[in-house]
Amino acid sequence: MAPLKKFDKFRDIQAEIDRSGSAIFQDANGVEALIIKSPYQINYIHSYAEDSAFFLGLAEGHLLGSRCTNKECGFVYATPRGHCMECGEPTAWLELPKGGKLHSWTTCHFGSEAFLKETPYNLCLVEFEGAGSLLLARLKDCVESDLYVGMPVEARFDPKPKYSITDVWFVPAKGGSAPPKAGSSGRGRARP
Amino acid sequence: MATSRNRSSARRTSPSIHRPGPRWSGRRVYMVTGGVTKFAKAHPSMDFRLMVKRAYDQALAEVPNLTRDQIDGSRISYFSDHFTRQLKAASMVQDYLGLNPKGSVRIEWGGATGGECFQAGYEAVASGRMDVCLAAGFETMSRVQTWKGNEFIALASDTNFDFPLGGFYTGYYALMVIRHIYEYLRLGKFANVKDEREAQRLAIAEGQRIMSWVSVKNHLNALHNPYAQYPKKLSVDDVLRSEMISYPLTREQICTMSDGAAVAVFCSEEKAKEFTDKPILVKGVGTGTDTMRLADRPFGKVPLMPHESARDYEKLRYPGVHSFRAGRAAGLEAYRHAGIENPTKELDFIELHDAYASSEIQTYEDLGLCRYGEGYDFVLQGDPFLKQIQYPFPVPNAGAIPVNPSGGLIACGHPVGATGLMQGVFAFWQLQGTIAEHFGDPKLQIQGAKRGAIHSHAGTGSAVTVSILERGF
Repeated sequence: MAPLKKFDKFRDIQAEIDRSGSAIFQDANGVEALIIKSPYQINYIHSYAEDSAFFLGLAEGHLLGSRCTNKECGFVYATPRGHCMECGEPTAWLELPKGGKLHSWTTCHFGSEAFLKETPYNLCLVEFEGAGSLLLARLKDCVESDLYVGMPVEARFDPKPKYSITDVWFVPAKGGSAPPKAGSSGRGRARP
Repeated sequence: MATSRNRSSARRTSPSIHRPGPRWSGRRVYMVTGGVTKFAKAHPSMDFRLMVKRAYDQALAEVPNLTRDQIDGSRISYFSDHFTRQLKAASMVQDYLGLNPKGSVRIEWGGATGGECFQAGYEAVASGRMDVCLAAGFETMSRVQTWKGNEFIALASDTNFDFPLGGFYTGYYALMVIRHIYEYLRLGKFANVKDEREAQRLAIAEGQRIMSWVSVKNHLNALHNPYAQYPKKLSVDDVLRSEMISYPLTREQICTMSDGAAVAVFCSEEKAKEFTDKPILVKGVGTGTDTMRLADRPFGKVPLMPHESARDYEKLRYPGVHSFRAGRAAGLEAYRHAGIENPTKELDFIELHDAYASSEIQTYEDLGLCRYGEGYDFVLQGDPFLKQIQYPFPVPNAGAIPVNPSGGLIACGHPVGATGLMQGVFAFWQLQGTIAEHFGDPKLQIQGAKRGAIHSHAGTGSAVTVSILERGF
């Protein structure tokens, strides 16, 4: 058996662990630690449960929110939930408009391991007419310098749905990407 | 705009935090000692048990009359089972320290795990269940690569709606600060710029510049803290030019992953006197929560601090995604418990959860150090800076209310389950006046510090703790 390779810089160990599965780390005080590869993979049997209709809707090109069934409340959620956060009553499904406005946005140049290959990608929070909460989504077909809070955007749906939130994304609205003049709405603030 | 329509949104305030608080009838609780390992990118030759043992031994060595036999039980915190792939790791700490069969429980609350553990230790004594309680926390994040670690952290976001979009916490905080900049710089300092895109770009550039001041502050302070992971002298340009991670946040504006452990020991008044002549009173505790999904945050009214007026915020829709309502709730409860009316005047320093330079600025406002909208000017005027450190820009109000004198998470590191306890230990040493002894350098000691706060924050502000500590001698 080949002797284990020894490293005094932790960052150098990874490649060796990937290659041979084991190595020795020696710290500044001469203390040695045996390092091994410990793989872990699992496929969950993930149920969307009460959120299922939303993901089935995406597959058919529908963007579903939910509305509280309590007439006194009637809160509209752009990210659906089975029960109302305000009053606790059940909600009913409702179709959201296909377009909205950017409430906020960012460009991610890094991401979790699972998404690194997709970088850079844009995230946005979209506000919809008539809804009291927002939806988080990917934003495509635009460059960073195009984007601004208040920008009109439209939903696009994956023709080959994966039953994931990524089945819907947003793009700048056609003919609607010119910013409003100063002083108009789009501020996210209470109207007097 | 999302929110001004139909709506019932006017009702979406925070009723529970407008109520007068409960009466605090628990016993007085003192922190009598603490310990912390150096936070590092990796401690491959120590596992979590040994890290906690080192911090525990340091803590006990400082109070010779306090022996293991006198500890009634423990509260042990770590954030993620994924990082070690060892479930019930807290049990292994309990037995490594030789504390069986005393009572213990594991504490987990996302990024605020350490802060919750601090308060769980306090509560075990306040309730009368224990006279002496050990609170210990750790995280070993080096056992996976950084981007896998980011994935584990992002699993603390909704896995139906949020995680599959990129699974990246820095992205979530970037969304929040873009909106914060919009609310307070675009509609503030840049309100008169006509072109919307240009106005927003100017506002973002100004926000980035000011966030960089926070990063410079925390890294520079940490040069005098031997426990810090990344002490360094940086210029504003260094911070701005570091790698863009998620626009507008650059690498130097974001904390890193760490290995580390920290412990605190809490006692009843009677016991505290047996162990130390420099006990520190836990004067107040507060916690708050908010929705897991950013998209669900309400647009209501600001729960006011005693020194604020409803007129300050007539047009503000709160918290939206620009502010942390959980932080405001935690601050309100802790201040009420401690009898604090105006935190800037009545606190000598704050160790604040600056996982991002942006969230430090947002949190100044949540904790009432300045009004909502004043966070950027608060930095430019220098209030959260230390008087005794030379910064590469003028800070006229330095010393007003130093924030993160230790260097915070950005410079000290963020081994999640240990972080809130680390803040507790640094605050404890500040109030004891023993920074010189513990850091081997007197520079960061705030002279005459009598009362300080620690603040611990979980994923996008979904949970926050604030604890107030006061010199008890």
